[in-house]
Amino acid sequence: MIVPTEWVLMLSAVLFAIGVVGVLVRRNIIVIFMAIELMLNAVNLTFVALARSRGAVDGQVVVFFVMTVAAAEAAVGLAIIIASFRNRTTVNADELALLRG
Amino acid sequence: MGLIEVGIAGVKALAVLLMVLNLSAILLWVERKGSALIQDRIGANRANILGIMPFNLGFINTLIADPLKLLTKEDVVPKGADKFLHFLAPFMAVFPVLVTFAAVPFGDQLVIGDTVINLQVADLDIGILYVLAMSSLAVYGVVLGGWASNSRWSLLGGIRGSAQMISYEIAMGLALIGVIMTFGTLDLQAIARAQGHHFFGVIPAWGIIYQPLGFLIFLIAGIAESKRVPFDLPEGESELISGYFTEYSGMKQAAFMLSDFAESVVVAGLATTLFFGAWQVPFLFRDGFHFPGGAIVALPHLLIVVMQILSFTIKVFVLCLFQILVRWTLPRYRYDQVMDLGWKYLLPLALANMLVTGVAIVLLG
Amino acid sequence: MGTILFLVLAVLTIAAALGVILHPNPVKSALFLIVTLFLLAVVFVLLEAHMIAALQIIVYAGAIMVLFLFVIMLLNLQIDDPDRGRRQVVLRGLAWLGGIILAVELALLVRGGPAGNPAAAPAGYGGALAVAQSLYTDFLLPFELTSILLLVAVVGAVVLAQKQRRPTIS
Repeated sequence: MIVPTEWVLMLSAVLFAIGVVGVLVRRNIIVIFMAIELMLNAVNLTFVALARSRGAVDGQVVVFFVMTVAAAEAAVGLAIIIASFRNRTTVNADELALLRG
Repeated sequence: MGLIEVGIAGVKALAVLLMVLNLSAILLWVERKGSALIQDRIGANRANILGIMPFNLGFINTLIADPLKLLTKEDVVPKGADKFLHFLAPFMAVFPVLVTFAAVPFGDQLVIGDTVINLQVADLDIGILYVLAMSSLAVYGVVLGGWASNSRWSLLGGIRGSAQMISYEIAMGLALIGVIMTFGTLDLQAIARAQGHHFFGVIPAWGIIYQPLGFLIFLIAGIAESKRVPFDLPEGESELISGYFTEYSGMKQAAFMLSDFAESVVVAGLATTLFFGAWQVPFLFRDGFHFPGGAIVALPHLLIVVMQILSFTIKVFVLCLFQILVRWTLPRYRYDQVMDLGWKYLLPLALANMLVTGVAIVLLG
Repeated sequence: MGTILFLVLAVLTIAAALGVILHPNPVKSALFLIVTLFLLAVVFVLLEAHMIAALQIIVYAGAIMVLFLFVIMLLNLQIDDPDRGRRQVVLRGLAWLGGIILAVELALLVRGGPAGNPAAAPAGYGGALAVAQSLYTDFLLPFELTSILLLVAVVGAVVLAQKQRRPTIS
């Protein structure tokens, strides 16, 4: 089945913008993380769509690496959140903003 | 996509779904009666129809009375529990397990007139990856079930269960890499067809001869994935009441029980496809039997297809029986033993298996 | 046929993504994200990237989101209350406005890219063999570096999330 490349790219643009709004609007740090994952997925979608329009698999290999790095980043980021939660018992990004404590 | 093709696909999907559900129901009866035999007791035999003799062998109890009871029970949602999650968890437990069977071939091909119907619901070129993907979705039923019950024993069972499942997923995936290297493809129907020839004309070239260690690791990891004894800490019947599905009643509990048996059918189905030649009957080819002595017995096409489907079902059933036997023989593992086995023993073994398989392929060509 | 399917998927994906950032309950946000990832995997299949679609479900929806759910449940997060103060409301409105402008700009930007339907893909495109051949020949160095990255991430996560040990007096 053929899908016009432009439309897929527009979908990924909208998803990326939604991720950006999520990072700016929400204060719960885990939801901010999820919005970052959303942005990464929008970029993955762009890579796959452009790979398809070129007929080469290079774009898909890049997606492979993006997924791996996103996994590593999610693991370490969540570990940091757990470690900081032990001391402050808050996940509000405004209250976590001060390094003092 | 013509209407006929859609119709054929729909019939295949329905047939596979019905087969899995029926096999699960029969396994429930076999488990109750089989466990009774092993433990030297009679088992369930109270429900009957009008007291007529053949109907109170426990058959009626398990196949008719039990589901009826579960269907008509009141659906209780604990106070403070998230209603939507409570509703979603049984669905997330059942759905990935049933969908996995779409990639498993249950026969070779059925030729009706001009149309050749491949007896597999979805002929995916990434069959094994699809199966692994669906098994990894099964964790959500456990996690959400434990969390949505708003009870600490359920949460404990849910956390134990999900930790166990994601640990053994890795061992399962790595054990399958040996199979993929041996057959050189991810397509399940291609793997099934590649097991059709015979060594020395006599021994069928089933996967277990190529990958005995892989089969063992896969079976152990599969039993751990479906949370059956000896890995049933998440259900912990003597500790956590029912673990992560304590607070479910009626149809939701029936869905969790169904997912338990359906998952053991899925593990058996995959092990059959990859290691026991799927639908292959020894010496049976597309036109009839080719015995090693040279004798050829030609058989009508429909009979061959029926024999292949029957052989697949029998092999799946035998593997399920094996899982039931294991359940009623071994005691339950402790949590740290479960984690040790998954990470410290199965994972290095699977990696070593991969290494040895690779070396063997390079040396033997 | 492909375009109709894609339109339906696009609408559902955008709806699920909006659910991620709008719903106050973090658990429901995580569930919406799982739905978004699953729908994106379906779009990948539509774009004939079968292996990447399977990997998306195995890695993203099957492992990373389980990790997210674990952390949310471990920290026992409750429902978010957004601040009602005047300054916060204005800032949130500005953020939404900025987001909409960004979306429109990006959408206009990609219109200059490759237009129309892509040509038919070569045989075996998007299957495991094609991706693996590219991965292990052209991209071998990034592959090895990624494995070291994962090792570092595993060690880091284990060390960071450990319980603090009280120093023993020896």
